[in-house]
Amino acid sequence: MAEKPKVGCARPTGGLVGQAEPGRPKDETQSVKEVRKMIQVGKAAPDFVAPAYCKGEFTAVKLSEHLGKWVVLCFYPGDFTFV
Amino acid sequence: MSVDSVFVHKMWNDKELSKMVEGGVPFPMLSDGGGKVGTAYGIYDEDAGVENRGRFIIDPEGVIQAYEVLTPPVGRHVAESLRQIQAFQLVRESKGTEATPSGWKPGKLTLKPGPDLVGRVWEVWSVDMESD
Repeated sequence: MAEKPKVGCARPTGGLVGQAEPGRPKDETQSVKEVRKMIQVGKAAPDFVAPAYCKGEFTAVKLSEHLGKWVVLCFYPGDFTFV
Repeated sequence: MSVDSVFVHKMWNDKELSKMVEGGVPFPMLSDGGGKVGTAYGIYDEDAGVENRGRFIIDPEGVIQAYEVLTPPVGRHVAESLRQIQAFQLVRESKGTEATPSGWKPGKLTLKPGPDLVGRVWEVWSVDMESD
């Protein structure tokens, strides 16, 4: 398991694993090019760590800690929605 | 995973989902405030500030084998996701020697791709097997 976050009033956030934070280019003359790569089947799933609620506990989940198992990752628009 | 906080996940599970599923949700409900993970997976809607209905099947090597993305108003069909997982598991167990044709479900005919099958799928597979 990824490290369990402390429960406090702040909302815990996660992020991608193994990727540098996007920053300003070192050289002012360097242009910032936004490259958005769509996910591809047959390619590695981006690793991430995310805060989670699971069976009464606040915890954290790191995708790469589930290597060796099949994983279904589902995104949805929001809690308490109707579909 | 959604942009909601783990606190909202807890309330949704405890107050509503546990009334639909005995014992509540048995797997982790992940929080992606800000949509960083959703952006990496290409399903975060920046204008709406929410994630679309993206579903990814990831194999034991961490490779994405399948995904499906729907806009919010239409729900998924869980049985189809399970069927796809069963098909990918079969292909993996056969070390790629077997493939599952359109309409395959457990117990149905698989194909063994190779020179002998070229031009002869019609002999072993028919259109009515797609939807039976």
